[in-house]
Amino acid sequence: MEARFVRQSMLTPQQPPLGEKGAMKWLRENLFSGWLNSILTILGLLAIFFMVKGALPWLLHGVWDANSLGECRKIIAADWGQGQTGACWALIHERWNQFFFGFYPQEIYWRPTMTFFLMFPAITPVLFFGSRANARRVIGAASLVMAAALFGLGAPMAPFLVAVAAGLALFWLAEIAPAWLLWFTALYPGLTFWLLWGGPLWRPVCAMLGFVIMFAVFRLAAARIGATVAMVAGFLAACVWWLFLQTPVIASLASAMPLSLRPVTSDQFGGFLLAIIIGVTAIIGSLPLGIILALGRKSDMPLVKGLCVGFIEFVRGVPLITMLFTASLLLQYFLPPQVQFDLILRVIILVTLFSAAYIAEVIRGGLAALPRGQYEAADALGLDYWQAQRFIIMPQALKISIPGIVSSFIGLFKDTTLVTFVGLMDPLKGITQVVRADINWKGVYWEPYIFVGAIFFLFCFSMSRYSMYLERKLKRDHR
Amino acid sequence: MKKSVFLGTLAASALVAGFASAGTLDDVKARGQLICGVNTGLTGFGAPDASGNYAGFDVAVCQAVAAAVLGDATKVKYVPTTGETRFTALASGEVDMLARNSTWTYSRDTDLKLDFVAVNYYDGQGFMVKKELGVTSAKDLNGATICIQTGTTTELNLADYFKANNMTYTPVTIADDAEGQRQYVAGACDAYTTDASGLAATRATLPDPENHIILPEIISKEPLALVVRHGDNNWGDIVRWTFYSLVTAEEKGITKANVEEMASTSQDPEVRRLLGVEGDLGAMMGLDKDWAKRAISVNGNYGEIFAADLGEATPVKLARGLNELWSKGGLMYSPPFR
Repeated sequence: MEARFVRQSMLTPQQPPLGEKGAMKWLRENLFSGWLNSILTILGLLAIFFMVKGALPWLLHGVWDANSLGECRKIIAADWGQGQTGACWALIHERWNQFFFGFYPQEIYWRPTMTFFLMFPAITPVLFFGSRANARRVIGAASLVMAAALFGLGAPMAPFLVAVAAGLALFWLAEIAPAWLLWFTALYPGLTFWLLWGGPLWRPVCAMLGFVIMFAVFRLAAARIGATVAMVAGFLAACVWWLFLQTPVIASLASAMPLSLRPVTSDQFGGFLLAIIIGVTAIIGSLPLGIILALGRKSDMPLVKGLCVGFIEFVRGVPLITMLFTASLLLQYFLPPQVQFDLILRVIILVTLFSAAYIAEVIRGGLAALPRGQYEAADALGLDYWQAQRFIIMPQALKISIPGIVSSFIGLFKDTTLVTFVGLMDPLKGITQVVRADINWKGVYWEPYIFVGAIFFLFCFSMSRYSMYLERKLKRDHR
Repeated sequence: MKKSVFLGTLAASALVAGFASAGTLDDVKARGQLICGVNTGLTGFGAPDASGNYAGFDVAVCQAVAAAVLGDATKVKYVPTTGETRFTALASGEVDMLARNSTWTYSRDTDLKLDFVAVNYYDGQGFMVKKELGVTSAKDLNGATICIQTGTTTELNLADYFKANNMTYTPVTIADDAEGQRQYVAGACDAYTTDASGLAATRATLPDPENHIILPEIISKEPLALVVRHGDNNWGDIVRWTFYSLVTAEEKGITKANVEEMASTSQDPEVRRLLGVEGDLGAMMGLDKDWAKRAISVNGNYGEIFAADLGEATPVKLARGLNELWSKGGLMYSPPFR
C-alpha cells in the first residue's frame, strides 16, 4: 500500500488549555470540582480570613519585654494606638523557667537539661535499630543542642565539660560500635534518677544492681529448674536485695566514697519536666507490660487469663482521674502514717498501669489480625512458646499495631496534664494558675495556653512522624 | 468552695477505718517540718513567686505556726491542694493543717469530720458590673446575665439570692477565675460574681478599673478558716491560739519590729503572759514560753500581715472591712490569753 501522506516532522505539542494546567487545574480539581465543593471552599476561605483577621493584629502587637500585664497594655497602647489589643508574651519571657522546670532550683537547671538531651542517645538504639546514619544524626544533633542549652543556662564548667565529653563519646560509640549504645540505654534510668533527684550515686547503682542479680539468678537457675521457676527465683532474689541488703550496702559505700549530688525533693518538680518524666516513664513501662498483658489474655492457662482480663477490664472501666485520686489520696490510707511514698512515683505507677491496659488491647488487636497459619507455622518449626512469640508472632503483631500504640502514647502524654487535679504542677493548668496568681500577670488568658499548646504539639507531632517513619521502614509485605 | 460528696465520703470513711498516729505535734516535731496544705495559686492569699517561694496571707499563718512549734518559719513544706483534694489530703494525714481559703460550713465541720479552728478572713460573695450599665445595687440585676463558677457554693448562693428577691438571671458558667475575668471583659455577661476578695483582685488587674464597680451587697457569709483533723484537739489548740496570738498582738500594738521591746518593757499583764514573760501559757499545749513571740516576729501581727499581702498599699487594695478588729468595728475578736 502506498502512503499518501507521511508527516515528516513532529508537531510541537500545544500548551494545554488554561483550565487544564498548573495552578488553575489544581484549583479546579481540588477546590472547585462541583458546586457543593465550591461553596464549601468559599466558606472555608471566609472562615480562615476572619480568624486571621481577628488573631493576626493581636499576635503582631505582641510584647516581649515588660514586667506586668499593665505595662504590656501601656506599651501596646503607646505603639499601636489606644484601644488596640495585643499578646503579652512578656509573661512567658519572665516565667519560662517555671513552665519548663517548675520549682526546680535555678542553679542546677543543667541537671534536668542534661537528662533530657541524654535521653536521645539512650532511646536511639531502640528507635533506630540497624540504621546507623539516623542514629548518628540524632545523637549528633542532641549533643550539639545539649551543649548550646547548657551554655545558655549558664551551667558550671565541670558539668558542661562532662556533658560535652559524654556527647562526643556517645557519638563516637554510635560510629564504631552502635550495639554498645544499648548499654547506655540500660544505664540511663539510674542516671536519670540520680541527676534529677540527686542524693548519693550509690542509691540508683544499688537499685539497678538488683536487676543484675535478678538476671544472674535467672541465667544460673534456668538450665536446672526451668525458665518459669527461674524467673520467680530471680525476682525473689532481687526483692531480698532491694528490701534487706541494699540499705546497709548503700550506707557503707556512701561512707567509703561519697559521690553525691544535691538532693531535690519531688514537690519541686513541675512544668514540662514533670510532664516528660511521667509521660516518658509511663510510655517506656507500659509497652512491655502491655505486651505481657496481651499475651496473658490470649493464654490457655485459666488463672493467667482470668487475671489479665480482670485487670484490663477493670482499668479500662475506670477513668484516669479516678486512678490519679487513688494514687494521691486513697493509697495514703493503706500505708502506715510514717511512710511518705513519693507522690510523683505513685502517679507514675498508676499512669503506667492505666496505659498498659490500653496498649494490651491494641496489641491484642494486632495478634488477632495475624492469620492462624503463622501460629501453626511456628509450631511446625518446633519453636517453643517464647521463641514463637519472639521470632514469628510479635514482630508481625507489633508492626500491625504501630499506629494504635503510638496514638495511645500521644494520648497518654497529653493526659499527663490531668495530674493538676491531685495538686501536681503540670504545665497547662498548674503552672499557669501559679503564674496568674501573681498580681502582675492576673488577667492574662491565652498566652500561656498557646505557649504550652505549641510545645505539646511539638512533642506529639514528632511522635506521630516517628510512627510514620517506622511504618514505612517495616513495610516489607502487603505491597 | 467546691464540694464533693464523693471525696467527703472518702474522708469520712478514713476516720471510720481509723489510723493509728501519735499526736500531730509529736509528728511535726519528729519530722522537723510542718506540712501545710495551701492553695495552688490565689492572688494575695497564697502562691509561689518566680523563684518558687510561697507567700501570701494564708501562707503567713503556716509560717507563724511553724515558728511557734519548731522555732523556724522556714521549716514548712507547702503542699498545693486543689478544691477537690484539700479535705481528703488533710483527713488522710498528708498535710498537718489547711490554710487555704476554705469556707467553714456546717456539713464540712460535722460530716467531713474536720475542725475549723479559727476564721482568718471573713469573705462574702459580691458582684462586679460595668459602670456604664448604670446599676448601683444588686437589686437592679433582674434579668441580667451573670458569670458564675460551676460546682461551687457561690452558684447556690446566687440562686438563693435571686429567688429570695423574686428576680431572674441567665447564668454563664465558667470553670475558673481566669475564664470568668475573660468572659466578663469580653462582655459575655453583665455581672461577674465571686468572693469579694477575688472581685477586688480581678478589678485591680482590669485595663480600666475605674469603669467597673463592685456592688455594695454581699449576698453570703464565707468565713475562710484554718482547718485541722477531728480528733487531735491539742494540735487544733496550737493552730487556733497561734492565730489568735497574731490578732491579740494587733490589739495590743505588738508588731514585728517592737516584739522584743514589748516583751521586756510592757507592763500589760496579758502582753506579758502572751510573750512568755509571766506565767507559762506555752506549756499548757506542749510548747515553750516564747512560742507566741516567735510567731509574731515572722510576719508581724494580723494587721501587718493583712497590710502586706492584701491591704490598701498592695495592688489587691482590699479594705479591712469585716476583718478589722472588733474594737474598730470589725469581727476579729480573740479570746483572752489567760
